[in-house]
Amino acid sequence: MLQRLRESKSMQGTFLALPTTLWLFVLLIIPLFLTLIVSFGQRSPDGGVIFSFSLDNYIRLLGYSTDCPGGQASCFDPLYVNILWRSLTLAFNTTAVVILLAYPLAYFIARAHPKRRNLFLFMVLIPLWTNFVIRVYAWMMLLRKEGAINIVIGWVAGLFGIEFTPLEMLYTPGAVLVGMVYEFLPFMILPIYTSLEKIDNSLYEAAADLGANAVKTLLRVTLPLSMPGVVAGTILVFIPVMGTFIVSDILGGRQVILVGNLIQRQFLDARDPTFGSAASLILMVMTLIVTYFYTRKFGFGEEIVAA
Amino acid sequence: MNPFKRSPFVIAAAVFVYTFLYAPILILILYSFNASRTNVTFDGFIPAFSERVEMDGSLVKASPCGPFHWYCDLAKNDDVIEAAGNTLTIAFTATLIATIIGTMAALALQRYDFKIKPFSQLSLYIPIVIPEIVMGIGILTLFSQAFGWLNNAFNLTGDARLALGIGTVTVSHIAFMVPFVTLVVQARLQGFDKSFEEAAMDLGANEWTTFRRVTFPMILPGVLSGALLAFTLSLDDFVITFFTNGPGSTTLPIYVYGLLRRIITPQVNALSTVWILIVFIAVLLLQWLQSREAKPAH
Repeated sequence: MLQRLRESKSMQGTFLALPTTLWLFVLLIIPLFLTLIVSFGQRSPDGGVIFSFSLDNYIRLLGYSTDCPGGQASCFDPLYVNILWRSLTLAFNTTAVVILLAYPLAYFIARAHPKRRNLFLFMVLIPLWTNFVIRVYAWMMLLRKEGAINIVIGWVAGLFGIEFTPLEMLYTPGAVLVGMVYEFLPFMILPIYTSLEKIDNSLYEAAADLGANAVKTLLRVTLPLSMPGVVAGTILVFIPVMGTFIVSDILGGRQVILVGNLIQRQFLDARDPTFGSAASLILMVMTLIVTYFYTRKFGFGEEIVAA
Repeated sequence: MNPFKRSPFVIAAAVFVYTFLYAPILILILYSFNASRTNVTFDGFIPAFSERVEMDGSLVKASPCGPFHWYCDLAKNDDVIEAAGNTLTIAFTATLIATIIGTMAALALQRYDFKIKPFSQLSLYIPIVIPEIVMGIGILTLFSQAFGWLNNAFNLTGDARLALGIGTVTVSHIAFMVPFVTLVVQARLQGFDKSFEEAAMDLGANEWTTFRRVTFPMILPGVLSGALLAFTLSLDDFVITFFTNGPGSTTLPIYVYGLLRRIITPQVNALSTVWILIVFIAVLLLQWLQSREAKPAH
């Protein structure tokens, strides 16, 4: 055995890769299949799973309801479709705002003096590595009725002698959007920076020599060449926003329920793992479809690893 | 044309985004020195020596720690100490295992051809393209089904019963950390000059000696930055831990989340501030390692 291992390159490779491959197979791939199987099952009275083949959970998710106000046998209940739609639009909006904020900063860092670039990047990494939960908490303190934002607005209003009643910002969809943008902004800055930094300076000079103004250079040179970074950043932002439940939980209260909250509650409060599994698979399929069409158009660059 | 020239618009936007990134963190730190226990408004810093009476008539005792009162409070909080211990135990164990097996896989994927190679490489991208909550509930389902079956099959009762705890959290952390270690080390191996190894072999070193004396020292910076990245991912993780922890295996993020849903005192801010400080040091170390890695090996 040992003799064969010493001689066979292919066996050595398999041996080296086996622990990782096995680990990922048991803890990532098998669980996905289990989730699929459970999603076809039914909830047992004690919150466990009865394995069967039923599409009830999916039908329920798509709006079919037997609990109708008019007493009919079945009707359309948009509750879960609304939750899915809300998660999808929030993920799109978050990604759009994040690109608008990240792009100028990434450009600023990429065009900074090489000696200062590391410092500016370092300043992006600090908020990124500050714990996720702590960052949501920081926004909770800012957005509160007695929080810093209302104090600042109140102070400015006071300067102009305007009457100001503190705004109710916490527990609104806006608060969730701001929280999401804050959480995921660094994941967009880093890949965009990576692709902007690769652009050779001579290209800018050539554009200037050929008479392109700043807007034209941006549209014809900078933007097209930095698309791989934007694509990688979008994947790194869009996918986690679709599945996050902490931000909406803390900043949205019971007002903003996303598919992440729906899944979490099925596994904890409501104790219906079969319905939670179905919702989780729908979430996965939604993100994979968006990622697939998006990357098919623009490619799946190395920028994703750089972040 | 000055290559480093930027328009005022870009500079203004950069200042705005940096303010957006740092204002919440600075407010968070400021409130960790708050004299108000309810932490709703900032009532000034905690006095070190004198006592004073609050608006509602309650007496604020001066703390022996002065403005650092909440930090002293934090150090006396057994729940925090336990959660910190759990967090570090999990992070250290998971990082050690993930780094070893992840580096092995990187070597295999970069240097060898074998049957399951495409599958191995592809499985590394799963944690990137699948939302964490999907992995979390999948792993929870795996553990609950497997443990239920094993407990029944072997009639395990009492303490012998398999249940969620530090072990399940660690094992699950390794699953999402390994791909990052492997991808970082693989990137390092891609720019690797094979002639050093060939020279060692020519000089009579066998494969193991070559690996120990040549290959490993050269990829070590990559392995270390992979390990540090994995360690920070483990410290930071909320979602996977949320679904795989059990009684007695609460980590700091889980503990803070629990507090946010109940009463918040400035102690949470003190904890956050300590955390931010640790992160600051860790990122500094990571940057330093990467700057060393960027320089050519001697």
